[in-house]
Amino acid sequence: MPRSVVEVSGHIIDSLILPKVLDLIISLGADFEILDVHIGHRRADRSYARIQIDASTPALLEQVLAKVKEHGALPSEEEQAADLQPSPADGVFPDRFYATTNLSTSVRVNDRWLEVELIEMDCGIRVDLAAMRAECVPIHRVKNGDLIVVGNRGVKILPIERKVPREAFEFMSSAVSTEQPKGLLIRGIAESMKKTRKENGRILVVAGPGLVHTGAARHLIDLIENDYVQVLFAGNGLAVHDIETALYGTSLGVYLDKTIRAGEGHEHHLWAINAIRKAGGIRQAVDQGLIERGIFYSCVKKGVEFVLAGSIRDDGPLPDVITDTLEAQDVMREKARGVSFALMMATTLHAIATGNLLPAAVKTVCVDINPAVVTKLSDRGTFQAVGLVTDVEPFLRELCQYLKEDDTAVERSSSA
Amino acid sequence: MRFLMCPPDYYGIEYEINPWMSRSHQSNAQIAREQWNNLYRLLTLEFNAEIELLDPRPGLPDMVFTANAGLAWNGKFIVSRFRYDVRQREAPHYEAWFADHGYEVLHLPDNYCFEGEGDLLKCGELWFAGYHIRSDIFAHQKIAEIIGQEILSLELTSDWYYHLDTCFCPLSGGRAIFYPPAFDPYAQKVLENHVPDLITVSDEEAARFACNAVVTGEKIAMNDGCPKLKGKMEAAGFSVFEIPLDEFIKAGGSAKCLVLMIG
Repeated sequence: MPRSVVEVSGHIIDSLILPKVLDLIISLGADFEILDVHIGHRRADRSYARIQIDASTPALLEQVLAKVKEHGALPSEEEQAADLQPSPADGVFPDRFYATTNLSTSVRVNDRWLEVELIEMDCGIRVDLAAMRAECVPIHRVKNGDLIVVGNRGVKILPIERKVPREAFEFMSSAVSTEQPKGLLIRGIAESMKKTRKENGRILVVAGPGLVHTGAARHLIDLIENDYVQVLFAGNGLAVHDIETALYGTSLGVYLDKTIRAGEGHEHHLWAINAIRKAGGIRQAVDQGLIERGIFYSCVKKGVEFVLAGSIRDDGPLPDVITDTLEAQDVMREKARGVSFALMMATTLHAIATGNLLPAAVKTVCVDINPAVVTKLSDRGTFQAVGLVTDVEPFLRELCQYLKEDDTAVERSSSA
Repeated sequence: MRFLMCPPDYYGIEYEINPWMSRSHQSNAQIAREQWNNLYRLLTLEFNAEIELLDPRPGLPDMVFTANAGLAWNGKFIVSRFRYDVRQREAPHYEAWFADHGYEVLHLPDNYCFEGEGDLLKCGELWFAGYHIRSDIFAHQKIAEIIGQEILSLELTSDWYYHLDTCFCPLSGGRAIFYPPAFDPYAQKVLENHVPDLITVSDEEAARFACNAVVTGEKIAMNDGCPKLKGKMEAAGFSVFEIPLDEFIKAGGSAKCLVLMIG
């Protein structure tokens, strides 16, 4: 239903302006709710009311707004037209540009609300007046003359509705604690992942190399093989150690099945890098039969998209690693579109980078042995993230168990 | 009592911005001058008013109606922002006069219309303001902030009574004269709630600008031809001075419109 919020202030009680405005709304066939009212204490004090107007059609709403305006009721700050200013140069926003959140956002342009497309935190909002569209634009993508929203006026954010908890995921808070009942939380995550896949949603996994060092790679492979991963974001490290394991059975030179260091083990990951560079890339290495197992082998075989974003300490790196950070951001941005569930494990930088790109509506789980990582993700704005402080191997092992148990349970109930 | 007036040297009906005005029904300059002089003499001699004069300007016929110049209050002058361009040209002259006379001149935001004492009158401790025809309610809110007083906005509904001072006249002791049909029902209720002694005028006398009177204490100067109101006022203990001002009614104004209170 078309809805607007107006504000009226002044000596609106003694002058009967407030009752007049409310009567007008009703007599014109719309409805109202008083959201807020302050009555002045002394004679000279102003009073104030914030009124929500609901009308059956946009035309009626406009008519009511025009009429109440004559009596001093103006659309609230957020309902007024957004201030659009041209960008002064490529890669530069106008001063005081509106910085986005990751929440669903609309902007008021030419008396219409435009939903901001591709919402992402810490960007600007670019408005195309000809097409009457608004979209998020990262600072490095803005072009000279692009119209950008400046200030808060005419920007409306839709908070995520708080529902009565029905499923485990919904009552998990983002408060990070080592004392949460993990089994219950992990079961909730499993149920949520199953639901996502049932609804053909895409699951994004962001993982760090610790996953390989702790022997948890086999569980991630399990998830990939069972279609619980559609996109994988990582850095050079995860791929290098996964391939090192595939080629030599070690991760950073340590045998994963014997927990002892291999002779010349420290060279294994460098030889792995060299081998993949020689092959031309991970896909080529799989095609050539050089790699026959591992996370990236499964990704290639299952058609899971992966993005490897490089960092300054990388060895090599592998040819698949994108070393230009802006280019990596853009590719991650593109691949993150349409994702409805994100699972971040044992990574700090890639988790925060991915959190920055995701709308708040994406269910996000962050698992790390270090509470600071989970806290940091929330502090950087990904408030919707559910944090689990635990070693990633037992987490993934349990998650896979729940996913399988649930499968069995579903199969049992459907066959009964 | 100090008033600001402007001699009718260039007064005439040069445009039509209210239903009283008709260029085919011109005022007589000589009679207008005599009527204005009579009012000036009455106010100085009978009302003991101190009157300041503003220099009239050619091409600005309505400068004679100084009530619309703005609001002078406690050393501040809030200059009017007229609804019509033809009158907006008067504003710089008012502004200059008040600045020269030591007032702090204040401006309202560009998009707020306000026509001075024409639409803002003090009655007892309260201020009443007319809106919807010449002044905007937003201007009242701003002025209330500036002067730190309660202003009750009243919706005017008749183009014939386009300013508050054409249909409402505060009297001493918190009493007032008013013409109810010029107000919407909410405004009528507001006046009834806040002015315990309201004297109503008839249709005919409202059209003779009975409400557009100058009042000081128990003396009242108004256009002639308002016998009923005259009777009521005399019964209430007022001395009524009738003064023919028909030439100014041709432009939609009378005694009060020709005078701005400045102290």
